[in-house]
Amino acid sequence: MKLTIAEKLSQEPKLWRKQLIIVFICLLLLIWSSTALKVQKTDGSGIAVALGIFKGLVHPTTSLLFGMGKTGVAYLLLETMCIALMGTIVGAIFAIPISFISSFNIVPKWLGIFGRVFIMAIRTIPAFVYGLMFIMVTGPGPFAGLLTMSLCSVGMLSKMFIEAIEDLDKGILESLDAQGCTFFQKIRYGIIPQLLPSFASTLIYRFDMNLRDATVLGLVGAGGIGAPLIFAMSSYRWNDVGAILIGLVVLVLIVEALSGKLRTKLMRG
Amino acid sequence: MMSLYDKIFKPKVYTLSNGKQVSQKRSRMPVILILTVAAILISAKVTGFSLTVLVSRISYFFVMLKDMFPPDLSYMARVWAPLWDTIKMSLLGSVIGALLCIPFALLASTNLVKNKVVTAIVKFMFSLVRTLPTLVAALIATYIFGLGTLAGTVAIAVFTFAYCGKILYENIETVEMGSYEALGALGCHPLSCIRYSILPQVLPTYLSTVLFCFEGNVRYASILGYVGAGGLGLILNEKIGWREYDRVGMILIALFITVVVIESLSQWLRSKLS
Repeated sequence: MKLTIAEKLSQEPKLWRKQLIIVFICLLLLIWSSTALKVQKTDGSGIAVALGIFKGLVHPTTSLLFGMGKTGVAYLLLETMCIALMGTIVGAIFAIPISFISSFNIVPKWLGIFGRVFIMAIRTIPAFVYGLMFIMVTGPGPFAGLLTMSLCSVGMLSKMFIEAIEDLDKGILESLDAQGCTFFQKIRYGIIPQLLPSFASTLIYRFDMNLRDATVLGLVGAGGIGAPLIFAMSSYRWNDVGAILIGLVVLVLIVEALSGKLRTKLMRG
Repeated sequence: MMSLYDKIFKPKVYTLSNGKQVSQKRSRMPVILILTVAAILISAKVTGFSLTVLVSRISYFFVMLKDMFPPDLSYMARVWAPLWDTIKMSLLGSVIGALLCIPFALLASTNLVKNKVVTAIVKFMFSLVRTLPTLVAALIATYIFGLGTLAGTVAIAVFTFAYCGKILYENIETVEMGSYEALGALGCHPLSCIRYSILPQVLPTYLSTVLFCFEGNVRYASILGYVGAGGLGLILNEKIGWREYDRVGMILIALFITVVVIESLSQWLRSKLS
């Protein structure tokens, strides 16, 4: 049967009713959510504040930016990097067992679901609540920061680890079994080579994210560059804010570029 | 650098049975391992990491958690309003950010804009905005717009803008350009070429990115309250300050249930999209 173009066009499924309903629901949600906005400042002083902030950001305090002491940006950035690195590593130590007991191809379904709910519960608690809890353990300082960061990393790390574990090729294990390999040989030659690249890539990515999120720790005085940044902001020292932000942004951009390169290399093997 | 490594540690040479020689490069694992261990040791020194403190005092971590149970159920009546505020903030912020990023993402795509300078500038702007910590954006927003949900919405919009924008332009750059060129050859305006050839290709991924971002934003919005940007974080901060941990527990449970509901909803929607 031959159809003309017009006939073919008329056979197109009629989706407009469905689409109209979706658009209507979206609009309704938007209108509903816009009720949350209450404009509090109406005197227009916001623009003056914004200008002041902008001026401060482009005129950073150079003594702070290039200072080499313990209050200089360089040391703060080093501390932040150390917190992010240790946070990622400790987070991974927590995340690896959790993700093994949440992978459906290893454990029974009920245990897997329990593990996933547990991960979600860990993820829900905001970072500053963990920060306050850990400060009770270690006192304020970078140690509390790295522990907080590790718990915050667990959620995302274990999610990615679970995906990697569920993608495991079991055929390799069976062939190793057939050759008479021992349990540890199976892990060494069958499982680790499969998991290591994706685990390493996840860790590098999480380190990148942790560096970016490190400011959150400053809220509770848990070390790193966050606390001086927040102090400077709340006392309107915008030049100092500019110096710290420039240091942080440059570092994050460099680390991001490096980690992207490393990760593509890992993925290609 | 790696070729130097091969010169120091000579590759292992095997002679096959037919007399041919093959070489296997030495594993790089020792170098990577040494570097990693060194980095960890330095970090542990700088951060004052101490296992003994952790083991001997870890019980204090659970002091606050223990006080949260049983949660003060009667307090739930007062949680509803800020909870809805948080959801509204993230919804509105996500939508504004996601819509705003579209024109910039188009400008950043090298296959649509031939001018290399323009794409480089827009791409750099995206990564600059992305590195700006959300908390800093929220604090600046509270100074400009005053305390409240507007500041939180702006902060979320800024974050969503940068995140969705990056994913969107990366996606646009990988679309199949044949239909775009065909429409152009037929004499369509570039905008309608985009509408009929690029849009259908990127729309599902774009929508699923926005939904994913919205999911994360609900969780993030609970932190923003800490700097006075409205929502659940505001009362959370207040109750922690007053040490009313049973109420903190109630707030966290409410947040947990909300996050679970929104995540399952958005996962269902995303599975429909793909």
